[in-house]
Amino acid sequence: MTDKEHIIVVENLVKKFGSFVANDHLNFFVKKGEIFGFLGANGAGKTTAIKILCGLWKPTSGMIKVAGFDVYRETEKIKRNIGYMSQKFSLYDDMTIGENFTFFGGIYGLTSKVIRERMTFFLKKLGIEDYKDRVIQSLPLGWKQKLAFSIAVMHRPAIVFLDEPTSGVDPVTRRQFWDMIYETAHEGITVFLTTHYMDEAEYCERISIMVDGRIEALDTPAELKKQFECESMEEVFVRLARRYSKSSVISHQSSVRN
Amino acid sequence: MEHLDPGTLEPWNFGTLELWNIGTLEPWNPGTLEHWNPGTLEHWNPGTLNNMRGFIIKEFYHIFRDVRTMIILFGMPVVQILLFGFALTNEIKNARIAVLDYSKDDVTAEILAKITSSGYFILEENLVSENQIEDKFRQGKIKQVIIFEDNFAESIENGKKAGIHIIGDASDPNTANLLANYTQAIIKDYQASLLMSQSAIPVLITPEPKLLFNPELKSVFMFVPGIITILLMLVCAMMTSISIAREKEIGTMEILLVSPLKPIHIILGKVTPYVVLSLINAISILLLGYFVFGMPMRGNLVLLLLEAILFIFMALSMGILISTISKTQQIALMISLAGLMLPTILLSGFIFPVENMPEVLQIISNLMPSKWFIIIIKGIMLKGVGLQYIWKETLIIILMTAFFIGLSVRNFKIRLT
Repeated sequence: MTDKEHIIVVENLVKKFGSFVANDHLNFFVKKGEIFGFLGANGAGKTTAIKILCGLWKPTSGMIKVAGFDVYRETEKIKRNIGYMSQKFSLYDDMTIGENFTFFGGIYGLTSKVIRERMTFFLKKLGIEDYKDRVIQSLPLGWKQKLAFSIAVMHRPAIVFLDEPTSGVDPVTRRQFWDMIYETAHEGITVFLTTHYMDEAEYCERISIMVDGRIEALDTPAELKKQFECESMEEVFVRLARRYSKSSVISHQSSVRN
Repeated sequence: MEHLDPGTLEPWNFGTLELWNIGTLEPWNPGTLEHWNPGTLEHWNPGTLNNMRGFIIKEFYHIFRDVRTMIILFGMPVVQILLFGFALTNEIKNARIAVLDYSKDDVTAEILAKITSSGYFILEENLVSENQIEDKFRQGKIKQVIIFEDNFAESIENGKKAGIHIIGDASDPNTANLLANYTQAIIKDYQASLLMSQSAIPVLITPEPKLLFNPELKSVFMFVPGIITILLMLVCAMMTSISIAREKEIGTMEILLVSPLKPIHIILGKVTPYVVLSLINAISILLLGYFVFGMPMRGNLVLLLLEAILFIFMALSMGILISTISKTQQIALMISLAGLMLPTILLSGFIFPVENMPEVLQIISNLMPSKWFIIIIKGIMLKGVGLQYIWKETLIIILMTAFFIGLSVRNFKIRLT
């Protein structure tokens, strides 16, 4: 795999806050068009790493390139080429669907014509063209999520970062959401997501699992299950967390078990 | 109730739900709630308020564990009582006055001594000519000028009228009125004591009070500048801080920061509507004051607008600073109200004169940008002063703005690293 096909390259990423090491020498790459699952327990350092990849925070040390741009000097270019969907869905409640599209499209430099085209495309895909002038607040949660995702990829970024995109929605909506993710990846947009739903981890092409600031596993779901001799990703996750976690509670449980 | 038969469901009889047995639940008869026994809970008897007791205790937890609520519940009343008791009085003490004494004899000296020892007045300066008076008032340090006419003592001895002129700065009409009354009372007192000790010749000291800048003592002259100040603070500081905090609270700030929008653009975008709106508001109030209430506009309109714009920037920078330390809109609102609005109303000299307050509060009052702005507005509108009289206050506001902006930027940078 040549470097050109790696849309994200991370070498020895270290991020310290004072003496606390949030990211401890992370090494990984993400292929173009891949669906990459970035997993880890709460507090393992995922959010820190994502903020660095998005150009929000600067790393303490390490070489990181996102969409070909250096994270130290070219954060502006990075920001223009990525999309982001936050866990809270980040749409303006008191504005309509149309107004949200117009606003976010404008920020990413799209002309009104393009915004209209893309908006019509997404609304048609979701089957809600008639609701263009509905205020976000009145919409069901599943719609908000799919709209937030559509807006995140509206400007055709190279990578879209999804931070726990399906928390709180019903299984049907989750399935539909994943259909959208697959379509997006198919069109060449790389999807970098975090999730706590282990069944979603199985949908990813490759997964990394962070424990206490380090990446302790990185491979396809199938390989990981084979490696750890587990039937499900959930078991892989739990095993890893117990084996490597410095937390006394978790490792005590593992020693009792073994 | 008839048989309900939706296909394969058993006939469901509303009369008694006898055979409904979910594990340990007893037969439930909606007639009386007697046999309801879900495990360990006792019969629930609405006669006793046991379960409500738990709820009330929970509410107390919420109150005692929230610092802000505690401050409001216990701190504010105490502070307000202390303030109103000690500081916020309408009485005047230690008002600075100047004297123009054409006679300079013992009688005037005695009267002056009585005046300065009364505790209400401090003799700031002895003037030499009437031309100085207008200027002194413009500078704002003197609240009142007392003029003793020529040949004062002689006039009294010869039974002629001895004139005292009292000229007050009525841009603060309440103060001016009070001071004039105090002075007249002291003089009357002196007159009475003279009458008792003197011969049968009646003594006539006629004080003539004259109130400059606001002869009719219209209180609107005091309120309009104050209202403009409060309005600008409200819209620019409070609304801005709430607006930025809202973005943080609903999570869209994250999105904006990840987008190509630069932070400076975000802030400028946030504050622009408020600048426009507050300018419109301020101009409306000025127009209303001028046309409806007869508020004079003796100074330079352009200067007034420029100073207003400067104050708007200052209020915006305060709003931004508050938003950097507020995680939610509620916090931003509380800090704005308790930290900005209340002190502005009470301590800026808007309603209660600052000169009467204890030293501590006078120092705090100096930290209020609103205090300086009110001086500026009154100066321009009522006294018609130019920049040369208000450059000090203007500079103070500029420095405060720079300070707030600097602090905000520092807070912002800290969050980003």
